[in-house]
Amino acid sequence: MGSVIEVNNLRKRYGSHVAVEDVSFQVRQGEVFGLLGRNGAGKTTTVECLQGLRRADGGRVRVLGLDPQRQTQQLRRRIGCQLQEAALPDRLKVWEALDLFASLASGGTDWRVLMDQWGLAGKRNASFSGLSGGQRQRLFVALALVNDPEVVFLDELTQGLDPAARRVAWGLIRAIRERGATVVLVTHYMDEAEQLCDRIAVVDGGRVVATDTPQGLISRFGGPIKITFTPDGHDVRFLKDVSHVQAVRRRGDRIEAEGTGPVLALVAAELVARGLVPSDLRVEQPTLEDVFLRLTDDQAPHREEAR
Amino acid sequence: MKTLAKLTWIEVKLFAREPIAVVFAFAFPLVVLLVLAGVFGEPEADLGGFTGIDYYVPSYLAVVIASIGLIGLPVHLASLRERGVLRRLRASSVAVTSVFGAQMAVNVAMAALGGAVLLVAASLVYDVHAPSSMAGVALGFGVGSLSFVALGFLLGTLAPTARAAQAIGLVLFFPMWLLSGAGPPRAVMTETMRQLSDVLPLTRVVSAIQEPWLGTGSNASEVVLLSALFAAAVALSAWKNSEHAAGLAMLPRRPA
Repeated sequence: MGSVIEVNNLRKRYGSHVAVEDVSFQVRQGEVFGLLGRNGAGKTTTVECLQGLRRADGGRVRVLGLDPQRQTQQLRRRIGCQLQEAALPDRLKVWEALDLFASLASGGTDWRVLMDQWGLAGKRNASFSGLSGGQRQRLFVALALVNDPEVVFLDELTQGLDPAARRVAWGLIRAIRERGATVVLVTHYMDEAEQLCDRIAVVDGGRVVATDTPQGLISRFGGPIKITFTPDGHDVRFLKDVSHVQAVRRRGDRIEAEGTGPVLALVAAELVARGLVPSDLRVEQPTLEDVFLRLTDDQAPHREEAR
Repeated sequence: MKTLAKLTWIEVKLFAREPIAVVFAFAFPLVVLLVLAGVFGEPEADLGGFTGIDYYVPSYLAVVIASIGLIGLPVHLASLRERGVLRRLRASSVAVTSVFGAQMAVNVAMAALGGAVLLVAASLVYDVHAPSSMAGVALGFGVGSLSFVALGFLLGTLAPTARAAQAIGLVLFFPMWLLSGAGPPRAVMTETMRQLSDVLPLTRVVSAIQEPWLGTGSNASEVVLLSALFAAAVALSAWKNSEHAAGLAMLPRRPA
């Protein structure tokens, strides 16, 4: 599958503050691509450069083969944007917003259909200020889709939503992808990235520190799998010789074995073969959060806040 | 063109739904006018048949224009930008020129409406004489509105936030109001005050409406000066919006 987005050595600063130092990645046709990073890591600035909202200071960016800085109008007809911290005038009604953005799109889908699809029909005449957080996000997603885009940018779509509304939003993202659009998802939520993204670029301090599938990132950077159980007096020194086991240690009355890859199946099989069937066998798989904490800078200012 | 029409219509509807937003622009000049005319309403010999109210009505038409241009529009524009409304529009290819056009149309119309409200209210309370030259008054009011609304767009572009826009607007508005001839008559001002008054653009709007109203002279020089102000404000806005390709007016300032 071809790349719909190519970013090479993107650089952007505001005055003396460097927001994006050196960002490169490719997004393939039809995938959900995540930009994962802390607040202030440079994610939003990066997508703003891709959308042609900000002028990059350096590097090369192509979206659908177009240069966002020079072919902005052509590009905007083919992309959809849900922006972080965007708003509409308080007194603007839902149908008026859809009607306005549909008229800007010229062509595209019928906004009435979108309004029904995204569960906004009942709020047709409600003003923007009267919508809940979830309803606003649904409206912004509908506005992003009104021109039937090939690439959709979603920037912190679920920020400020309660857990139930977040799950609904995840469903919406999957629905966008099923329409055939490529999705660029900016988020700082690990679970969201892990659930939704085909591939993720981890951004830190204005740089991409790793790009891979969620599973790929976890196996490369997540650290070992930990298996624990109570040996009940059995000698477990044999565990050290099981393939893929890297370390075995005792923690109180429990044994902890660390390893990688298929280590869980191998250890379990060996235990059973030796007549050990602990009923409290537990496994701790590394998560994307472990990857993230490992890859991103611990020396950043937020550390002082925690102190 | 379609975008401009749509944006303008939406601004009109938003205004109709929340008219309280312009209460200052409408009520402040009216209240001050009624008080001043009440105090200084006696006919004066040198006004050639016109009375104090005839002197103040044109001045306060100019004050309506000033409060819309210096306070109303900059705060509105800065707040639309600060909240991310303009950023969202920009992401859907709405050009700064469309936003500018819609704001010009709505705010000039609002100035006309505010002026009409002022005239009707003043006529109900006092005996206001008709202007000597209706065309001259309309020209002065029109050019004055255009120049101050364009100035307001520039202020709204430059102000970093809505609060800053309000502070800047008030700081500009009150001295202009007091020194333009809408406050104490220029005749009683000190030399310094008069020199200051001469360079304030609102003074030109006041004379541009007052001279043809009272028939004391032509407003041609004022119309030329105000047209120049309009052109300068538009040019500076255009420059400020092209300097950053993304458009300074449209994007919230990014804290460093």
